[in-house]
Amino acid sequence: MILIIAIFLPLIAAVLCWLKPLRSIAWGTTVFCLSTSFALAVVISGQVLVKGRVIGLARWFEVDGLGVLMILLVSFVCTLAAVFAGGYMRHSSQRERLWWFYCNYNLLAFALIIVPAFADPNLVWVGVELITLFAILLVGFESTPIALEAAWKYAILTLMGAPISLLGFFVLYWAYRGTGSGTAETWQSLQAMAPAMSPNLLKLSFLLVFVGFGTKIGFAPTHTWLPDAHSQAPTPICAVLSGIKTSVPLYAVLRLLSIILASPEARIGRWMVIIGLFSVGIAAFLLLQVRDYKRMFAYSTVEHMGIILTAAGFATQASASAAVAQMLNHSITKSLCFYTAGIVLLALGTRQIKDVRGLFRLSPFAGAALLLCALAIAGAPPFPIFLSEFSILSAGIRSGHNTAVAILAILIVVAFVAIMRQVNGMLFGEPELHTTAEAVPLSCRTAVLVAAVPVVVLGVFIPAPIHSLLQLAAQQLGGR
Amino acid sequence: MHGAQIPLAEGLNPLTAGFVLLSAFGMVATRQVQGVMRFFILQSSFLALSAFLIGFSRSSIHLWALGAITIAAKVIAIPWVLKRTLPGDLYERREIDQALNIPSSLLLALLLAIAAEFLVAPLVAASADAVVRVNLPIGLAGILIGAYSLIARREALPQLVGILAMENGAFFAGIALAPDLPLISELAVAIDVVLIAVVIGVLTRDINRTIGTTEAAAMTELKEEPQP
Repeated sequence: MILIIAIFLPLIAAVLCWLKPLRSIAWGTTVFCLSTSFALAVVISGQVLVKGRVIGLARWFEVDGLGVLMILLVSFVCTLAAVFAGGYMRHSSQRERLWWFYCNYNLLAFALIIVPAFADPNLVWVGVELITLFAILLVGFESTPIALEAAWKYAILTLMGAPISLLGFFVLYWAYRGTGSGTAETWQSLQAMAPAMSPNLLKLSFLLVFVGFGTKIGFAPTHTWLPDAHSQAPTPICAVLSGIKTSVPLYAVLRLLSIILASPEARIGRWMVIIGLFSVGIAAFLLLQVRDYKRMFAYSTVEHMGIILTAAGFATQASASAAVAQMLNHSITKSLCFYTAGIVLLALGTRQIKDVRGLFRLSPFAGAALLLCALAIAGAPPFPIFLSEFSILSAGIRSGHNTAVAILAILIVVAFVAIMRQVNGMLFGEPELHTTAEAVPLSCRTAVLVAAVPVVVLGVFIPAPIHSLLQLAAQQLGGR
Repeated sequence: MHGAQIPLAEGLNPLTAGFVLLSAFGMVATRQVQGVMRFFILQSSFLALSAFLIGFSRSSIHLWALGAITIAAKVIAIPWVLKRTLPGDLYERREIDQALNIPSSLLLALLLAIAAEFLVAPLVAASADAVVRVNLPIGLAGILIGAYSLIARREALPQLVGILAMENGAFFAGIALAPDLPLISELAVAIDVVLIAVVIGVLTRDINRTIGTTEAAAMTELKEEPQP
C-alpha cells in the first residue's frame, strides 16, 4: 500500500499543480509531494531489506532490491532538483508558465518512479516511453529557437527507438509463451523460465530492446541528443535527465540482460563490453574538446553509462554489484554536478568554459562546489565513483577481461584529465570578463549542500543498510 | 460449412498484410503532407482489420479488443489531435526537398522489405503458426520503412507519421507474437501512441510559431561543439 502511495504521489502533485487556484503554490506542492515519496521510499527499502520483496499490487507493482534502489534514487534526485528549481526557475524567461513547468515536471517524476515498480516488462516499455515524452516539452521549456531545436532532435532520436524496443518486448512475450508457462509474464517469472526459453528469440528480443532503449540511455552513436538537450534544457531538468532519466532505461536493459545471462547458450556479455567501451571512448575524447560546461557534464554521463554497461558485460557477481554501485554513485554525483553548473550559470550568466575564469574569487561557494563535484564525477579518491570504478576494474581482471580493463582504465584516465583541465581553467586565474557574480538563491544553495552530503559521505563510509541494499540489488542482476 | 469459414478469415490475413505494406510504400511515395497522413490512417485501418480477421477465426476477444483500440487510437484520436493542435496550412505543404527522390526511395523501401523477410526467415521457419509467418516479416518491414521515411523526410509532420508508422509495424507483428497480451498493456501502449501525437503536435506548433518553419533542415544551430 505504501508503495502505491509513493508511486502515485507525483501524479497527484501534477494534478494539483494544474488546478487554477493552486497554481501559485505549485513549487511548494511539488517539493512536498516528492519529498514525501522519498520518505516512503526509505520506509519501503527498510521493508525490502527485511522481506526481500514488497508487493503493492500483486503481478503489477512489485519491487525487489534493485527496484527499490531505483525508486530511492529517483525520488531523491527529483526532490532535490525540485528544490533547486524554486530559485533557479525564477530567472526563467517563461515565469508566467511556471505552474505548467511544475505540472509537467511531476508527470516526469511519476513516469520515472513507476518504471522500477512495474512487474510486467510490457508496462516497463510504456513507462520508459512516458519518461521520454514528458521530458520533451521540458527540454524545450524556454521556447527559444535553439531550445526548441534541441527538444526536436531529442524527440525524434529517442522516439525512433520506441517501436524497435516495442517489437523487442513482443518477441520476449512470444519466447515466454513458447515455454508453455501458465503464470503471468513478470520479471520474476521470466527469470525463472529463462533457461527454458529459446536462446535465439531471447537474443533477438534483447537486441531490439537494447537498440531501442539505447537511444534513450545515450550509448554512442545515438548519444548526440544528450549534449544538445543538456545545454538547452533548464538546469534542474538536466539534473534529472542526466542523473536518473538515463539510468532508468538502463535499469530495464540490465534486467533483461540478467535474463539472457541466465540462459546458458546466449553469450552476449562480450558485445556489451565492446559497446560500453565504445561509448566511454567517444565520450572521453569529446570531453577533451568541449567548450560548454553543461555539455561537458552531458558527455560525462555518456562515459558513465558506458562504464556501467561494460561492468554488466563482465557478467560476474562482483561486477554486477560494482555496476549497481556505479549507478547509485553516478546518480547522486551527476545531479550535484548539474546543480553546481546551475549556480555557476546564475552567478555569471554564461555557459562557455572559456568565459568562466577565477570562479573561486568571484563566488567562493560556486567555486568550492565545482571543485568538489568535478573531482567526484571524474573519479578522484576518496569519492564514491572512485570506489565503484575501482571495483569494476578489479572485477574485470578477476573474470579474465584483461584487455577490456586496460582500455577502460586508459579511457577513464583520459576523461579524468579532460574534466580536470577544463575545470582548472574555470576555477583559478584572474577573472577576465566578470568583475562581480550575481547572488545565488537560497533554495539553490540548499540543494547543492544537501546533494553534496551523500557524495562526500559514501566515499569514506557506506552505512550498513545501504550496503545490504546494494548487495540485494546486485543479486537480481545475477552473474556467475 | 463451419470448418471452411476458419481458413477463409485467416486466408484473408496475408491480403491485409499486403495492404499494410502497400500503405507503407504509399507513405514513402507521397509528397503532400495530407497524403502521408491519409496513408497512415489507411495503414492503421488494415492493421485493425488484420486483428479482427484473426480474432474472428480464433474467436479471441483479445484481438477484437486490440482492433477496436487501434481504430480508436490511430484512426480517430491521432488525426483529431493533430487537426486540433496544428494550424491548417501545415497540412497543405508539399515537400520539395527530400534526401532521395521518390523512385529511388521506393526502390530502397522495396529492398528494406526484402531484407526484413530474410532477417526473420530463420526464426519464422521454426514457427508452426501461419500468422507469425506473415505478420513478423511484414511488421519488421513496416518498422524499417518507417525509419527510412523518418530519416529521409524534412517536414515535421511526415517525420511524426514516420514514427507512428514504425509503431504500426511493431503492432502488426505484435498481433501474431503476443495475441493474448493483458489488455491493460495494450491499452497503455495505445494511450502512449496518442500521447506521442499530442506532445509532438504541441512541439511542432511551438516550433512553427517561433522559428516560422517546420523544416528540420532549417534547424542547424546546434552542432557538435560549435565554434565560439
